[in-house]
Amino acid sequence: MATLGELAKLIRSKNAGPFLLTFDVMFGDEATYRRVVASGVLTRARFAELYRIPESEVMFFRHDAARAIKISIPRPYVQCDLDDGDAYGGQQHAPLVELEVPD
Amino acid sequence: MTTEVRVLSATGMLGSGFLESSLERGVALAPHVIAADAGSTDGGPAYLGSGTPFFSREATARDLRLMLRARARLGVPMIVGSCGFGGGNAGVDWIRDIVLEIAREEGMHFRAALIRSEQDKAYLKRRLREGRILPLHPAPPLDEAVIERSAHIVGAMGHEPIVAALEAGAEVVLAGRATDTSLFAAVPLMRGAGAGPAWHAAKTLECGTAAVVQRKRPDCLFAWVREDHFDVAPCDPEMRCTPQSIASHTLYENADPFLVTEPSGVIDTTEATYEAIDDRSVRVRGSRFRPSERVTIKLEGAELAGYQSVIIAGVREPYILRQLDSWLDGMQARFAERAREVFGFGPGPGGYDLRIRVYGRDGVMGKLEPRRDELGHEVCLLITVTTARQETSRAVAKSFAHLALHYPIPEWGGLISGLAFPFTPAEMDRGPVYRFNLHHVVQPDDPLEMFRTEMLEV
Repeated sequence: MATLGELAKLIRSKNAGPFLLTFDVMFGDEATYRRVVASGVLTRARFAELYRIPESEVMFFRHDAARAIKISIPRPYVQCDLDDGDAYGGQQHAPLVELEVPD
Repeated sequence: MTTEVRVLSATGMLGSGFLESSLERGVALAPHVIAADAGSTDGGPAYLGSGTPFFSREATARDLRLMLRARARLGVPMIVGSCGFGGGNAGVDWIRDIVLEIAREEGMHFRAALIRSEQDKAYLKRRLREGRILPLHPAPPLDEAVIERSAHIVGAMGHEPIVAALEAGAEVVLAGRATDTSLFAAVPLMRGAGAGPAWHAAKTLECGTAAVVQRKRPDCLFAWVREDHFDVAPCDPEMRCTPQSIASHTLYENADPFLVTEPSGVIDTTEATYEAIDDRSVRVRGSRFRPSERVTIKLEGAELAGYQSVIIAGVREPYILRQLDSWLDGMQARFAERAREVFGFGPGPGGYDLRIRVYGRDGVMGKLEPRRDELGHEVCLLITVTTARQETSRAVAKSFAHLALHYPIPEWGGLISGLAFPFTPAEMDRGPVYRFNLHHVVQPDDPLEMFRTEMLEV
Protein backbone atom coordinates (compact mmCIF):
# COMPACT_ATOMS: atom_id res chain seq x y z
CA MET A 1 0.00 0.00 0.00
CA ALA A 2 1.34 3.43 -0.94
CA THR A 3 -0.21 6.89 -0.78
CA LEU A 4 -1.01 8.89 -3.86
CA GLY A 5 1.50 11.44 -2.60
CA GLU A 6 4.26 8.85 -2.65
CA LEU A 7 3.40 7.71 -6.18
CA ALA A 8 2.82 11.07 -7.87
CA LYS A 9 5.45 13.45 -9.22
CA LEU A 10 3.24 16.40 -8.37
CA ILE A 11 -0.15 16.88 -6.77
CA ARG A 12 -1.42 20.45 -6.85
CA SER A 13 -4.52 22.57 -6.80
CA LYS A 14 -4.98 26.02 -8.31
CA ASN A 15 -7.61 28.50 -9.37
CA ALA A 16 -8.87 28.11 -12.92
CA GLY A 17 -10.22 31.64 -12.86
CA PRO A 18 -12.09 33.10 -9.87
CA PHE A 19 -14.97 30.63 -10.07
CA LEU A 20 -13.31 27.25 -10.58
CA LEU A 21 -10.72 25.13 -8.82
CA THR A 22 -8.58 22.60 -10.60
CA PHE A 23 -6.52 19.67 -9.31
CA ASP A 24 -3.60 18.08 -11.15
CA VAL A 25 -2.14 14.71 -10.23
CA MET A 26 0.93 14.03 -12.37
CA PHE A 27 3.13 10.96 -12.61
CA GLY A 28 6.77 10.57 -13.55
CA ASP A 29 6.42 7.33 -15.45
CA GLU A 30 3.85 5.47 -17.48
CA ALA A 31 3.64 2.39 -15.24
CA THR A 32 2.76 4.39 -12.12
CA TYR A 33 0.22 6.46 -14.02
CA ARG A 34 -1.43 3.27 -15.35
CA ARG A 35 -1.34 1.66 -11.92
CA VAL A 36 -3.14 4.56 -10.26
CA VAL A 37 -5.72 4.81 -13.04
CA ALA A 38 -6.38 1.06 -12.85
CA SER A 39 -6.65 1.14 -9.06
CA GLY A 40 -9.82 3.23 -9.22
CA VAL A 41 -8.84 5.21 -6.11
CA LEU A 42 -9.20 8.46 -7.98
CA THR A 43 -12.37 8.62 -10.04
CA ARG A 44 -15.08 11.21 -10.42
CA ALA A 45 -17.19 9.41 -7.80
CA ARG A 46 -14.33 9.03 -5.32
CA PHE A 47 -13.38 12.67 -5.66
CA ALA A 48 -16.97 13.81 -5.14
CA GLU A 49 -17.19 11.67 -2.02
CA LEU A 50 -13.89 12.90 -0.59
CA TYR A 51 -14.73 16.55 -1.14
CA ARG A 52 -18.42 16.07 -0.32
CA ILE A 53 -19.75 17.68 -3.49
CA PRO A 54 -22.26 16.37 -6.04
CA GLU A 55 -20.69 14.15 -8.68
CA SER A 56 -22.41 16.22 -11.36
CA GLU A 57 -20.18 19.16 -10.38
CA VAL A 58 -16.94 17.24 -10.93
CA MET A 59 -15.13 17.48 -14.28
CA PHE A 60 -12.75 14.56 -14.58
CA PHE A 61 -10.00 14.07 -17.18
CA ARG A 62 -7.19 11.68 -17.94
CA HIS A 63 -4.37 13.22 -19.96
CA ASP A 64 -2.19 10.42 -21.25
CA ALA A 65 0.47 12.63 -22.88
CA ALA A 66 0.94 14.48 -19.61
CA ARG A 67 0.55 11.25 -17.59
CA ALA A 68 -1.91 13.16 -15.45
CA ILE A 69 -5.33 12.95 -13.85
CA LYS A 70 -7.11 16.26 -13.72
CA ILE A 71 -10.21 17.29 -11.85
CA SER A 72 -12.03 20.63 -11.92
CA ILE A 73 -14.89 21.78 -9.70
CA PRO A 74 -16.71 25.03 -8.96
CA ARG A 75 -14.94 26.89 -6.19
CA PRO A 76 -16.62 26.34 -2.80
CA TYR A 77 -16.39 30.11 -2.36
CA VAL A 78 -15.71 32.64 -5.10
CA GLN A 79 -12.05 33.63 -4.97
CA CYS A 80 -11.43 36.20 -2.21
CA ASP A 81 -15.08 36.36 -1.13
CA LEU A 82 -15.49 36.81 2.62
CA ASP A 83 -15.50 33.06 3.35
CA ASP A 84 -12.63 32.15 1.01
CA GLY A 85 -9.47 31.10 2.82
CA ASP A 86 -7.27 30.28 -0.18
CA ALA A 87 -6.91 33.12 -2.67
CA TYR A 88 -4.84 31.15 -5.18
CA GLY A 89 -6.58 27.83 -4.48
CA GLY A 90 -3.17 26.29 -3.92
CA GLN A 91 -3.86 24.23 -0.79
CA GLN A 92 -7.06 22.42 -1.67
CA HIS A 93 -5.36 19.24 -2.88
CA ALA A 94 -4.21 18.08 0.56
CA PRO A 95 -6.76 15.25 1.00
CA LEU A 96 -5.53 13.69 -2.26
CA VAL A 97 -1.98 13.36 -0.93
CA GLU A 98 -3.08 10.89 1.73
CA LEU A 99 -5.26 8.67 -0.48
CA GLU A 100 -4.14 5.07 -0.22
CA VAL A 101 -3.44 3.18 -3.43
CA PRO A 102 -3.55 -0.63 -3.18
CA ASP A 103 -0.58 -2.59 -4.56
CA MET B 1 8.74 28.16 -48.87
CA THR B 2 7.61 27.15 -45.42
CA THR B 3 6.41 29.69 -42.93
CA GLU B 4 8.24 30.06 -39.65
CA VAL B 5 7.31 32.67 -37.07
CA ARG B 6 9.55 32.98 -34.04
CA VAL B 7 8.12 34.20 -30.73
CA LEU B 8 10.01 35.22 -27.62
CA SER B 9 8.07 35.13 -24.36
CA ALA B 10 10.12 37.30 -22.01
CA THR B 11 8.60 35.98 -18.80
CA GLY B 12 5.40 34.50 -17.47
CA MET B 13 4.47 37.71 -15.71
CA LEU B 14 5.88 41.15 -16.41
CA GLY B 15 7.71 42.29 -13.28
CA SER B 16 8.54 38.77 -12.08
CA GLY B 17 11.80 38.97 -14.01
CA PHE B 18 14.01 36.96 -16.36
CA LEU B 19 17.74 36.51 -16.80
CA GLU B 20 19.35 39.14 -19.03
CA SER B 21 21.43 36.32 -20.53
CA SER B 22 18.26 34.40 -21.41
CA LEU B 23 16.76 37.42 -23.15
CA GLU B 24 20.04 37.79 -25.09
CA ARG B 25 19.84 34.16 -26.20
CA GLY B 26 16.26 34.73 -27.27
CA VAL B 27 17.26 37.86 -29.23
CA ALA B 28 20.03 35.87 -30.97
CA LEU B 29 17.33 33.52 -32.30
CA ALA B 30 15.83 36.49 -34.22
CA PRO B 31 12.24 36.52 -32.94
CA HIS B 32 9.51 38.27 -34.94
CA VAL B 33 7.93 39.52 -31.71
CA ILE B 34 8.69 39.86 -28.01
CA ALA B 35 5.69 39.56 -25.73
CA ALA B 36 4.79 39.26 -22.07
CA ASP B 37 1.63 38.96 -20.10
CA ALA B 38 1.30 41.43 -17.23
CA GLY B 39 -1.92 40.45 -15.51
CA SER B 40 -4.41 37.93 -14.31
CA THR B 41 -7.41 37.46 -12.08
CA ASP B 42 -5.29 35.07 -10.07
CA GLY B 43 -4.30 37.60 -7.42
CA GLY B 44 -7.93 38.31 -6.59
CA PRO B 45 -10.39 41.13 -7.24
CA ALA B 46 -8.50 43.85 -5.35
CA TYR B 47 -6.24 44.65 -8.31
CA LEU B 48 -9.05 45.18 -10.80
CA GLY B 49 -11.26 46.79 -8.18
CA SER B 50 -8.72 49.33 -6.94
CA GLY B 51 -6.67 49.69 -10.14
CA THR B 52 -3.44 49.03 -8.27
CA PRO B 53 -0.67 46.91 -9.80
CA PHE B 54 0.62 43.60 -8.44
CA PHE B 55 4.35 44.20 -8.81
CA SER B 56 6.31 47.32 -7.98
CA ARG B 57 7.15 50.01 -10.49
CA GLU B 58 10.83 49.15 -10.11
CA ALA B 59 10.38 45.46 -10.96
CA THR B 60 8.07 46.26 -13.86
CA ALA B 61 10.39 48.96 -15.26
CA ARG B 62 13.39 46.64 -15.09
CA ASP B 63 11.70 44.03 -17.29
CA LEU B 64 10.23 46.63 -19.66
CA ARG B 65 13.56 48.41 -20.14
CA LEU B 66 15.33 45.23 -21.23
CA MET B 67 12.44 44.23 -23.49
CA LEU B 68 12.29 47.69 -25.08
CA ARG B 69 16.04 47.65 -25.74
CA ALA B 70 15.78 44.18 -27.27
CA ARG B 71 12.90 45.13 -29.55
CA ALA B 72 14.68 48.30 -30.65
CA ARG B 73 17.78 46.31 -31.67
CA LEU B 74 15.70 43.76 -33.56
CA GLY B 75 13.19 46.22 -35.02
CA VAL B 76 10.29 43.94 -34.09
CA PRO B 77 7.09 44.59 -32.15
CA MET B 78 6.78 44.27 -28.40
CA ILE B 79 3.40 43.32 -26.96
CA VAL B 80 2.40 43.61 -23.32
CA GLY B 81 -1.08 42.51 -22.30
CA SER B 82 -3.28 42.88 -19.22
CA CYS B 83 -1.27 45.94 -18.23
CA GLY B 84 -1.19 46.78 -14.55
CA PHE B 85 -2.49 43.31 -13.57
CA GLY B 86 -6.24 43.97 -13.59
CA GLY B 87 -6.05 45.31 -17.13
CA GLY B 88 -8.25 48.35 -16.49
CA ASN B 89 -7.54 51.86 -17.75
CA ALA B 90 -5.44 52.67 -14.69
CA GLY B 91 -3.15 49.75 -15.50
CA VAL B 92 -2.68 50.80 -19.13
CA ASP B 93 -1.89 54.35 -18.00
CA TRP B 94 0.58 53.05 -15.42
CA ILE B 95 2.51 50.94 -17.94
CA ARG B 96 2.34 53.74 -20.54
CA ASP B 97 3.96 56.18 -18.11
CA ILE B 98 6.76 53.71 -17.30
CA VAL B 99 7.36 53.04 -21.01
CA LEU B 100 7.43 56.79 -21.79
CA GLU B 101 9.94 57.42 -19.03
CA ILE B 102 12.20 54.60 -20.25
CA ALA B 103 11.94 55.84 -23.84
CA ARG B 104 12.96 59.35 -22.73
CA GLU B 105 15.91 58.07 -20.76
CA GLU B 106 17.07 55.76 -23.53
CA GLY B 107 16.37 58.12 -26.43
CA MET B 108 14.01 55.60 -28.05
CA HIS B 109 11.47 56.48 -30.73
CA PHE B 110 8.58 54.27 -31.71
CA ARG B 111 4.87 54.17 -32.43
CA ALA B 112 2.90 52.80 -29.50
CA ALA B 113 -0.68 51.57 -29.38
CA LEU B 114 -2.70 51.70 -26.17
CA ILE B 115 -5.66 49.33 -26.37
CA ARG B 116 -8.19 49.84 -23.61
CA SER B 117 -10.50 47.09 -22.51
CA GLU B 118 -12.38 48.74 -19.67
CA GLN B 119 -16.09 48.52 -20.46
CA ASP B 120 -18.69 51.22 -20.74
CA LYS B 121 -21.57 50.46 -18.36
CA ALA B 122 -24.25 51.78 -20.73
CA TYR B 123 -22.94 49.47 -23.47
CA LEU B 124 -23.03 46.44 -21.16
CA LYS B 125 -26.54 47.22 -19.95
CA ARG B 126 -27.71 47.43 -23.55
CA ARG B 127 -26.12 44.09 -24.39
CA LEU B 128 -27.68 42.59 -21.27
CA ARG B 129 -31.14 43.80 -22.30
CA GLU B 130 -30.55 42.33 -25.76
CA GLY B 131 -29.81 38.94 -24.22
CA ARG B 132 -26.25 39.07 -25.51
CA ILE B 133 -24.50 38.61 -22.16
CA LEU B 134 -24.47 34.94 -21.26
CA PRO B 135 -23.41 33.23 -18.02
CA LEU B 136 -20.53 30.78 -17.80
CA HIS B 137 -20.69 28.04 -15.17
CA PRO B 138 -20.84 28.80 -12.29
CA ALA B 139 -21.94 32.43 -12.59
CA PRO B 140 -23.19 34.89 -9.97
CA PRO B 141 -26.56 36.49 -10.76
CA LEU B 142 -26.39 39.42 -13.14
CA ASP B 143 -28.68 42.40 -13.58
CA GLU B 144 -28.17 46.05 -14.41
CA ALA B 145 -27.57 46.88 -10.74
CA VAL B 146 -24.53 44.59 -10.70
CA ILE B 147 -23.08 46.42 -13.70
CA GLU B 148 -23.88 49.78 -12.11
CA ARG B 149 -22.19 49.06 -8.78
CA SER B 150 -19.04 47.51 -10.28
CA ALA B 151 -15.87 49.46 -9.59
CA HIS B 152 -14.37 48.31 -12.90
CA ILE B 153 -15.36 45.86 -15.63
CA VAL B 154 -12.95 44.70 -18.32
CA GLY B 155 -13.42 42.53 -21.37
CA ALA B 156 -10.62 40.13 -22.30
CA MET B 157 -9.67 40.98 -25.89
CA GLY B 158 -8.64 38.41 -28.43
CA HIS B 159 -5.85 38.81 -30.98
CA GLU B 160 -7.92 41.00 -33.33
CA PRO B 161 -7.39 44.43 -31.68
CA ILE B 162 -3.68 43.63 -31.34
CA VAL B 163 -3.40 42.63 -34.99
CA ALA B 164 -5.25 45.81 -35.98
CA ALA B 165 -2.79 47.92 -33.96
CA LEU B 166 0.21 46.16 -35.51
CA GLU B 167 -1.24 46.62 -39.00
CA ALA B 168 -1.59 50.32 -38.21
CA GLY B 169 2.16 50.39 -37.60
CA ALA B 170 2.37 49.97 -33.85
CA GLU B 171 5.81 48.82 -32.68
CA VAL B 172 4.91 48.72 -29.01
CA VAL B 173 1.45 47.45 -28.06
CA LEU B 174 0.25 48.06 -24.51
CA ALA B 175 -3.03 46.24 -24.13
CA GLY B 176 -5.54 46.28 -21.31
CA ARG B 177 -7.11 42.99 -20.32
CA ALA B 178 -6.41 40.44 -23.02
CA THR B 179 -6.47 36.67 -23.10
CA ASP B 180 -2.95 35.54 -22.25
CA THR B 181 -2.74 33.60 -25.50
CA SER B 182 -3.78 36.41 -27.84
CA LEU B 183 -0.56 38.35 -27.12
CA PHE B 184 1.52 35.47 -28.43
CA ALA B 185 -0.83 34.32 -31.21
CA ALA B 186 -1.23 37.74 -32.89
CA VAL B 187 2.06 37.89 -34.84
CA PRO B 188 2.17 34.21 -35.87
CA LEU B 189 -1.40 34.51 -37.18
CA MET B 190 -0.54 37.73 -39.07
CA ARG B 191 2.50 36.10 -40.65
CA GLY B 192 0.68 33.00 -41.85
CA ALA B 193 1.50 30.33 -39.29
CA GLY B 194 -1.10 27.60 -38.87
CA ALA B 195 -3.91 28.61 -36.53
CA GLY B 196 -3.70 25.40 -34.47
CA PRO B 197 0.05 25.66 -33.85
CA ALA B 198 -0.15 29.46 -33.36
CA TRP B 199 -2.74 29.19 -30.59
CA HIS B 200 -1.31 26.13 -28.88
CA ALA B 201 2.17 27.69 -28.96
CA ALA B 202 0.66 30.84 -27.47
CA LYS B 203 -0.92 28.85 -24.66
CA THR B 204 2.47 27.26 -23.99
CA LEU B 205 4.36 30.56 -24.09
CA GLU B 206 2.08 32.67 -21.92
CA CYS B 207 3.48 31.51 -18.59
CA GLY B 208 7.13 31.65 -19.72
CA THR B 209 9.15 28.94 -18.06
CA ALA B 210 6.13 27.44 -16.26
CA ALA B 211 6.26 24.87 -19.10
CA VAL B 212 9.75 23.56 -18.31
CA VAL B 213 10.60 20.44 -16.30
CA GLN B 214 11.87 22.23 -13.22
CA ARG B 215 11.22 25.95 -13.15
CA LYS B 216 14.22 27.52 -11.47
CA ARG B 217 12.98 31.06 -11.93
CA PRO B 218 10.60 33.05 -14.11
CA ASP B 219 12.40 33.29 -17.44
CA CYS B 220 12.19 33.40 -21.25
CA LEU B 221 10.61 30.72 -23.43
CA PHE B 222 11.00 30.58 -27.22
CA ALA B 223 8.79 29.06 -29.92
CA TRP B 224 9.18 28.44 -33.64
CA VAL B 225 5.64 28.38 -35.06
CA ARG B 226 5.14 26.81 -38.48
CA GLU B 227 2.20 25.67 -40.60
CA ASP B 228 1.44 22.31 -39.03
CA HIS B 229 3.55 22.24 -35.86
CA PHE B 230 5.56 24.30 -33.43
CA ASP B 231 8.82 23.80 -31.56
CA VAL B 232 9.48 25.18 -28.11
CA ALA B 233 12.53 25.51 -25.86
CA PRO B 234 13.61 27.58 -22.87
CA CYS B 235 16.29 30.23 -23.43
CA ASP B 236 18.26 29.33 -20.31
CA PRO B 237 20.50 26.36 -21.28
CA GLU B 238 20.15 24.99 -17.77
CA MET B 239 16.38 24.54 -18.13
CA ARG B 240 14.65 21.86 -20.22
CA CYS B 241 11.33 21.22 -21.90
CA THR B 242 10.22 17.62 -22.33
CA PRO B 243 7.15 16.20 -24.06
CA GLN B 244 5.54 15.70 -20.65
CA SER B 245 6.37 19.20 -19.41
CA ILE B 246 4.84 20.79 -22.52
CA ALA B 247 1.82 18.47 -22.56
CA SER B 248 1.15 19.09 -18.89
CA HIS B 249 1.25 22.86 -19.28
CA THR B 250 -2.24 22.67 -20.80
CA LEU B 251 -3.36 21.61 -17.31
CA TYR B 252 -2.11 24.67 -15.50
CA GLU B 253 -4.82 27.05 -14.23
CA ASN B 254 -7.16 25.59 -16.80
CA ALA B 255 -10.38 23.74 -16.01
CA ASP B 256 -10.26 21.62 -19.19
CA PRO B 257 -6.82 20.31 -20.23
CA PHE B 258 -7.81 19.78 -23.88
CA LEU B 259 -10.02 22.76 -24.77
CA VAL B 260 -9.29 26.44 -24.20
CA THR B 261 -11.98 28.91 -25.27
CA GLU B 262 -10.76 32.09 -26.95
CA PRO B 263 -12.92 34.96 -28.22
CA SER B 264 -12.87 33.66 -31.78
CA GLY B 265 -12.76 29.91 -31.23
CA VAL B 266 -11.51 26.97 -29.25
CA ILE B 267 -7.93 25.70 -28.95
CA ASP B 268 -8.22 21.91 -29.15
CA THR B 269 -5.18 19.90 -28.06
CA THR B 270 -6.98 16.53 -27.87
CA GLU B 271 -5.05 15.14 -30.85
CA ALA B 272 -1.76 16.91 -30.12
CA THR B 273 1.41 14.84 -30.03
CA TYR B 274 4.58 15.84 -28.23
CA GLU B 275 7.98 14.70 -29.43
CA ALA B 276 11.46 15.45 -28.07
CA ILE B 277 13.71 17.15 -30.64
CA ASP B 278 16.68 16.99 -28.28
CA ASP B 279 17.01 16.87 -24.52
CA ARG B 280 15.53 20.36 -24.03
CA SER B 281 13.28 21.12 -27.02
CA VAL B 282 9.87 19.72 -27.97
CA ARG B 283 7.92 19.54 -31.24
CA VAL B 284 4.12 19.66 -31.03
CA ARG B 285 1.92 18.49 -33.89
CA GLY B 286 -1.81 18.00 -34.26
CA SER B 287 -3.02 21.13 -32.42
CA ARG B 288 -6.23 22.53 -33.81
CA PHE B 289 -8.12 25.80 -33.59
CA ARG B 290 -11.84 25.51 -34.17
CA PRO B 291 -13.35 28.90 -35.04
CA SER B 292 -16.61 29.78 -33.28
CA GLU B 293 -19.68 30.98 -35.10
CA ARG B 294 -19.85 34.03 -32.87
CA VAL B 295 -17.20 36.04 -31.09
CA THR B 296 -17.54 35.93 -27.28
CA ILE B 297 -15.67 38.32 -25.00
CA LYS B 298 -15.25 37.26 -21.40
CA LEU B 299 -16.02 39.87 -18.77
CA GLU B 300 -14.30 40.37 -15.44
CA GLY B 301 -15.83 42.69 -12.88
CA ALA B 302 -14.99 43.74 -9.36
CA GLU B 303 -17.21 45.56 -6.91
CA LEU B 304 -16.58 46.96 -3.46
CA ALA B 305 -17.62 44.51 -0.74
CA GLY B 306 -16.90 46.97 2.07
CA TYR B 307 -14.06 47.98 4.35
CA GLN B 308 -12.52 45.41 6.62
CA SER B 309 -10.76 45.13 9.94
CA VAL B 310 -9.26 41.84 11.11
CA ILE B 311 -8.32 40.29 14.44
CA ILE B 312 -5.92 37.37 14.89
CA ALA B 313 -6.20 35.35 18.09
CA GLY B 314 -5.07 31.98 19.40
CA VAL B 315 -6.87 29.56 21.71
CA ARG B 316 -5.00 26.94 23.77
CA GLU B 317 -7.29 26.23 26.72
CA PRO B 318 -8.69 22.66 26.44
CA TYR B 319 -12.03 23.51 28.05
CA ILE B 320 -12.65 26.21 25.45
CA LEU B 321 -11.47 24.02 22.58
CA ARG B 322 -13.89 21.21 23.46
CA GLN B 323 -16.81 23.63 23.10
CA LEU B 324 -15.28 25.93 20.51
CA ASP B 325 -18.30 26.30 18.23
CA SER B 326 -20.80 26.99 20.99
CA TRP B 327 -18.36 29.42 22.61
CA LEU B 328 -17.90 31.31 19.34
CA ASP B 329 -21.65 31.27 18.61
CA GLY B 330 -22.41 32.48 22.12
CA MET B 331 -20.00 35.39 21.97
CA GLN B 332 -21.38 36.47 18.59
CA ALA B 333 -24.96 36.40 19.87
CA ARG B 334 -23.94 38.42 22.94
CA PHE B 335 -22.03 40.84 20.74
CA ALA B 336 -25.07 41.46 18.53
CA GLU B 337 -26.83 42.88 21.63
CA ARG B 338 -23.79 44.94 22.55
CA ALA B 339 -23.47 46.31 19.01
CA ARG B 340 -27.09 47.48 19.05
CA GLU B 341 -26.40 49.35 22.32
CA VAL B 342 -23.25 51.01 21.00
CA PHE B 343 -23.74 51.43 17.26
CA GLY B 344 -27.48 51.13 16.81
CA PHE B 345 -27.11 48.23 14.38
CA GLY B 346 -26.51 44.49 14.51
CA PRO B 347 -25.21 41.90 12.08
CA GLY B 348 -26.57 41.77 8.53
CA PRO B 349 -27.23 44.23 5.69
CA GLY B 350 -26.80 47.81 6.81
CA GLY B 351 -24.92 46.61 9.89
CA TYR B 352 -21.78 44.58 10.22
CA ASP B 353 -20.54 41.29 8.77
CA LEU B 354 -18.47 39.28 11.26
CA ARG B 355 -16.85 35.94 10.42
CA ILE B 356 -14.55 33.69 12.38
CA ARG B 357 -12.26 31.30 10.53
CA VAL B 358 -10.72 28.50 12.61
CA TYR B 359 -7.20 27.56 11.56
CA GLY B 360 -6.23 24.18 12.93
CA ARG B 361 -9.58 22.80 11.83
CA ASP B 362 -10.97 24.03 8.50
CA GLY B 363 -9.41 27.45 8.03
CA VAL B 364 -7.84 26.54 4.68
CA MET B 365 -10.50 24.36 3.06
CA GLY B 366 -13.75 25.49 4.69
CA LYS B 367 -16.64 23.30 3.59
CA LEU B 368 -14.38 21.11 1.43
CA GLU B 369 -12.41 19.95 4.50
CA PRO B 370 -12.93 16.20 5.08
CA ARG B 371 -11.23 16.33 8.51
CA ARG B 372 -13.22 19.20 9.98
CA ASP B 373 -14.13 17.16 13.07
CA GLU B 374 -10.50 17.07 14.17
CA LEU B 375 -9.04 19.82 16.30
CA GLY B 376 -5.43 20.28 17.34
CA HIS B 377 -4.26 21.29 20.81
CA GLU B 378 -4.45 24.91 19.74
CA VAL B 379 -6.25 26.87 17.04
CA CYS B 380 -5.85 30.25 15.42
CA LEU B 381 -8.91 32.39 14.89
CA LEU B 382 -9.03 34.87 12.06
CA ILE B 383 -11.88 37.25 12.73
CA THR B 384 -13.02 39.58 9.96
CA VAL B 385 -15.33 42.55 10.42
CA THR B 386 -16.67 44.16 7.25
CA THR B 387 -18.90 47.23 7.05
CA ALA B 388 -19.50 50.09 4.66
CA ARG B 389 -16.88 52.33 6.33
CA GLN B 390 -13.38 51.63 7.61
CA GLU B 391 -13.93 53.61 10.81
CA THR B 392 -17.04 51.57 11.56
CA SER B 393 -15.30 48.26 10.96
CA ARG B 394 -12.47 49.27 13.26
CA ALA B 395 -14.89 50.42 15.98
CA VAL B 396 -16.88 47.16 15.75
CA ALA B 397 -13.67 45.11 15.83
CA LYS B 398 -12.43 46.94 18.93
CA SER B 399 -15.62 46.21 20.82
CA PHE B 400 -15.75 42.61 19.64
CA ALA B 401 -12.14 41.86 20.56
CA HIS B 402 -12.75 43.02 24.11
CA LEU B 403 -16.01 41.12 24.55
CA ALA B 404 -14.57 37.95 23.01
CA LEU B 405 -11.44 38.05 25.15
CA HIS B 406 -13.47 37.76 28.34
CA TYR B 407 -16.42 35.68 27.10
CA PRO B 408 -17.02 33.03 29.80
CA ILE B 409 -17.30 29.25 29.75
CA PRO B 410 -19.35 27.37 32.38
CA GLU B 411 -16.36 25.37 33.71
CA TRP B 412 -14.64 28.36 35.29
CA GLY B 413 -15.98 30.65 38.01
CA GLY B 414 -14.53 34.17 37.60
CA LEU B 415 -13.24 36.38 34.80
CA ILE B 416 -11.27 34.58 32.06
CA SER B 417 -9.12 35.76 29.17
CA GLY B 418 -9.82 33.18 26.52
CA LEU B 419 -7.97 34.63 23.54
CA ALA B 420 -4.22 34.94 22.99
CA PHE B 421 -3.69 38.03 20.84
CA PRO B 422 -0.25 38.03 19.23
CA PHE B 423 -0.25 41.82 19.32
CA THR B 424 -2.26 44.83 20.35
CA PRO B 425 -4.17 46.76 19.22
CA ALA B 426 -5.81 43.44 18.37
CA GLU B 427 -7.60 44.89 15.34
CA MET B 428 -5.94 45.80 12.04
CA ASP B 429 -7.40 47.72 9.10
CA ARG B 430 -7.37 45.99 5.73
CA GLY B 431 -8.90 48.85 3.76
CA PRO B 432 -11.37 48.27 0.92
CA VAL B 433 -12.17 44.68 -0.04
CA TYR B 434 -13.60 43.71 -3.39
CA ARG B 435 -15.48 40.80 -4.85
CA PHE B 436 -15.56 39.33 -8.33
CA ASN B 437 -19.08 39.74 -9.65
CA LEU B 438 -19.03 38.51 -13.26
CA HIS B 439 -18.40 35.18 -14.91
CA HIS B 440 -20.06 35.99 -18.20
CA VAL B 441 -19.38 36.52 -21.88
CA VAL B 442 -20.64 39.21 -24.22
CA GLN B 443 -21.53 38.53 -27.84
CA PRO B 444 -20.42 41.70 -29.63
CA ASP B 445 -21.06 42.38 -33.32
CA ASP B 446 -17.36 42.12 -34.02
CA PRO B 447 -14.17 41.43 -32.05
CA LEU B 448 -13.08 45.09 -32.05
CA GLU B 449 -16.19 46.92 -30.85
CA MET B 450 -15.47 46.58 -27.11
CA PHE B 451 -11.89 47.89 -27.32
CA ARG B 452 -10.49 51.34 -28.04
CA THR B 453 -7.07 51.93 -29.55
CA GLU B 454 -5.06 55.11 -29.22
CA MET B 455 -1.82 55.58 -31.18
CA LEU B 456 1.10 57.49 -29.66
CA GLU B 457 4.24 58.69 -31.40
CA VAL B 458 6.94 58.31 -28.79
